[in-house]
Amino acid sequence: MKKSALDRLLEDRRERRAVAMVTALDTGDQRMVYLDDVGAEGDLAAPLAEAFARDKSQTVEIGGAEHFIHVFNPPLKMIIVGAVHVAQALIPIAEATGYAVTIIDPRGAFATEQRFPSVRLYDDWPDEILPDLDVDHRSAILALTHDPKIDDPALTFALKSSCFYIGALGSRKTHAGRRERLLANGFSDADLDRIHGPIGLDIGARGVAEIAVSIMAEVTRSLRQGAEAGA
Amino acid sequence: MSVLDTSVLAQASAWAEEGRQVALATVIQTWGSAPQPVGSQLAIDADGNFVGSVSGGCVEGAVVTEAVDVIETGKPATLQFGVSNETAWEVGLACGGTIRIFVEKLN
Repeated sequence: MKKSALDRLLEDRRERRAVAMVTALDTGDQRMVYLDDVGAEGDLAAPLAEAFARDKSQTVEIGGAEHFIHVFNPPLKMIIVGAVHVAQALIPIAEATGYAVTIIDPRGAFATEQRFPSVRLYDDWPDEILPDLDVDHRSAILALTHDPKIDDPALTFALKSSCFYIGALGSRKTHAGRRERLLANGFSDADLDRIHGPIGLDIGARGVAEIAVSIMAEVTRSLRQGAEAGA
Repeated sequence: MSVLDTSVLAQASAWAEEGRQVALATVIQTWGSAPQPVGSQLAIDADGNFVGSVSGGCVEGAVVTEAVDVIETGKPATLQFGVSNETAWEVGLACGGTIRIFVEKLN
């Protein structure tokens, strides 16, 4: 690989551009293909499109020559609304599984750098800051405050976005009330089925660390098996 | 692709900027159970220092040895490891899978 190509790749990662490095394995020749340019790739177009869509690098044979398609999709993003205790337990697991984490909480006493040293932190209202955060199909949005004043605007934004996962903390009763409020605001039942609530897989979690594990497992299932998995 | 993989590429770039000779090893294909997915990478310098992982530790030693050769010759190489391949390589994968790895020089 050329050093210049490597640096361009790292720059693309920072800028959240979807790009693939295609290597002809017999010669070692390489070139970069951006997601938007896949259509012009002839015989490679279909395997490239598949590799981007499934986030799956693969080796394919085209015209008797092997090509390795190395996909670099934008990094995964987790936006957590609520600078709460569960969030503190969740952040290290999310970071280890490849997510850049952002925390939003308008209550300044919660959203402090001391409590959340490694992440991007905003003490804004969710509906004010979320439009600036480039939410896309590689993003998960989690509402963890228990407070409808803060959670509902976040969920309203999430439901209108292409994010692959939406979760909300709270009991079944809390979630039923939440659904009623959002229905009254014009969302359909099918829309609201995108929200995982109560958040997390039912693994009998006790304490914040185990709850964090159950949440991370559910987010991972949506990422790898699609939003409909387990629904 | 995980954050960890990006840090491998960032390390490779940083090493090159220090003037070190660097090779990249990438898992390009797997069959059966394999400890690291396709796309996982290892960065190696000419002294055999490495960061990242292509197998969870099973074959890194052999890959590093090959990478040092690739740095010298400048020619890319494709390696294959599996439990049934003992005659070619002394190391293998305990999990029973097979992996192919592409090794290239950063230049």
